[in-house]
Amino acid sequence: MTEVPPLAHMPGARHDDYDAGRRRQFAVALMLAAAVGTLPFVVTDVYAQNVFILTLTYVALSQSWNILGGYCGQVSLGHAIYFGIGAYSTVLIYMKFGVTPWVGMAAGGILAAVIALILGYPCFRIAGHYYTIATIVIAEAALLLVLNWEWAGAALGLQIPYAPDSWRTFQFGRNKLPYFYFALGLALLTWILCWVIQGSRWGFWWRAVKDDALAAQSLGVSAFRSKMSASAISACLTAVIGGFYALYVSYIDPGSVMSFELSMLISLPAVLGGIGTLWGPALGAAILIPLSEITRSYISGSGRGIPLIVYGTLIVLVALARPQGLVSLWPTRQRQMRS
Amino acid sequence: MTSHAVLQVLLSGVMMGLLYALIAAGLSLIFGLMDVVNFAHGEFLMVAMYAMFALVGITALDPLLLVPVVTALLFVFGCLVFSGIVRIAMRAKTNLGMVQVFATFGLGMLLQGVAQLLFTPDYRSLADSWIGGKTLSVFGLYMPVPQLVGAGVSIAAFAAMWLMIARTDFGKALEATREDSGAVALVGINKDRIFTLGWGVGAALVGLAGSIMAIFFYIHPGVGAPFALIAFVTVALGGFGSIFGALAAGILVGVVEATSALVLSPSMKSLGIYAVYLAVIFIRPRGLFGSL
Repeated sequence: MTEVPPLAHMPGARHDDYDAGRRRQFAVALMLAAAVGTLPFVVTDVYAQNVFILTLTYVALSQSWNILGGYCGQVSLGHAIYFGIGAYSTVLIYMKFGVTPWVGMAAGGILAAVIALILGYPCFRIAGHYYTIATIVIAEAALLLVLNWEWAGAALGLQIPYAPDSWRTFQFGRNKLPYFYFALGLALLTWILCWVIQGSRWGFWWRAVKDDALAAQSLGVSAFRSKMSASAISACLTAVIGGFYALYVSYIDPGSVMSFELSMLISLPAVLGGIGTLWGPALGAAILIPLSEITRSYISGSGRGIPLIVYGTLIVLVALARPQGLVSLWPTRQRQMRS
Repeated sequence: MTSHAVLQVLLSGVMMGLLYALIAAGLSLIFGLMDVVNFAHGEFLMVAMYAMFALVGITALDPLLLVPVVTALLFVFGCLVFSGIVRIAMRAKTNLGMVQVFATFGLGMLLQGVAQLLFTPDYRSLADSWIGGKTLSVFGLYMPVPQLVGAGVSIAAFAAMWLMIARTDFGKALEATREDSGAVALVGINKDRIFTLGWGVGAALVGLAGSIMAIFFYIHPGVGAPFALIAFVTVALGGFGSIFGALAAGILVGVVEATSALVLSPSMKSLGIYAVYLAVIFIRPRGLFGSL
């Protein structure tokens, strides 16, 4: 019997180089997180810190979306449903039963994963645009239900009652630092998870399903199971972040945590930065969120639509000129090796 | 509930449904032709409504006279969007499906922003016109005249489309390109030209719908989104690419909406549509009349 050489993980890249490259990525991520961690000491302005927290939240959100949309290729434009599940679970469990929001965040994550599996069962029988439209419709239906759900505050929403600063109630008044570091932790956690997935066999299965589901299935990869697992992980993370967001802003209503606009905002950083890449969502969020906050505060004033024009133009330009996203502007060692 | 009330609900549902079908027709045409979903479809509707608003302001003519003008403007607009954006988006080598989704979606945002800049986010409505605000009563059934006109125009538009596809050379070229966009070059059909005209016709159809809706509906930058969602549902229900599937599905959507507004509550009227849509596509993913 002849010896079969082990398959390289990537065409044209040797095993060692590939592993070294991955370790280098990990080190860069840790260093970047540490550098970002010093930001609040350099910039003490509360408004700027608020923008940092939102940006980090969207880094985490978009990375979560990326797990399903980027790696597995299932474009969901209804992720607001999972965000909403997380936000409402956290706030409702705290307000109605007095249980610490930590339990609510965890419960929201689990509930979202279960719902993603239940919805995935019929949804992943359809593909492409059909799937995308189904996700929009399901999220809109959920929005309508919550809008009419009196116990959960209906259209008026829920205001978390004031409590003294503590980690148990996750309230820190005007001190932004705890929120900042929690958001940074979430962003780092989702990044590491993507890093692990990218190197694991799941990551390879998912990308195979994305590139050609039929070919993947002919090689024994279950497209359905891949989509289901990607969807559950993505939904769980999105819900936990939704729970954090609710605690940070301390007021939620269906329009702000379950709307279609939110679903778009979750996916856009990944699209802009680079779908199915490790750094795309972070890069995209670092551009989009400060940009939208700044245009909203300084230019829009009377609702003249400038933010929409800036956003829309940027998305169209990137989609047309850089379909791989902005990270593709970065010269990587791997690409140099491949060429 | 009396049978009279049931009839009234059905009638309102069918009238609104015909309008929904007309909005969805362009989306379906474009998808059938080239597998592209126009996520700026709602904004096309919004552009048509503002075009009507602006033209009425400038010319002081009756909106009904300006319907053909707005429709023609949207035809040109559709051609421009294809050659300026979609044609380039279709060249993408990676993430092809997503590039199309987000390029058209970005365009939608851009259009909303421009509408806000030009017209402010205020709700606008057209001043009284020949048919605006009038209601017809036949055997005790009430029919708002603008909706009645819209329903009539929709039926006429579908008839015209049938004639176009069945009788004209352009219609045949359209069908041929839909079947196999590569092979049509062999018989001398310019694929790009057909795509451009397809986008023109698709946009003109939504322009027709928008110009009539401007007569009886509030106009604002975000007006398109809910109608776009209904159009997506209608097209998916009828079967992507099937124009007459869109007609049947549009009427179904209108009737389901009117019924659920009555049975559930007006604020939940869309829930019935979503439920019917999800039930249909989970049982029959290709939609009612689609061929996959």
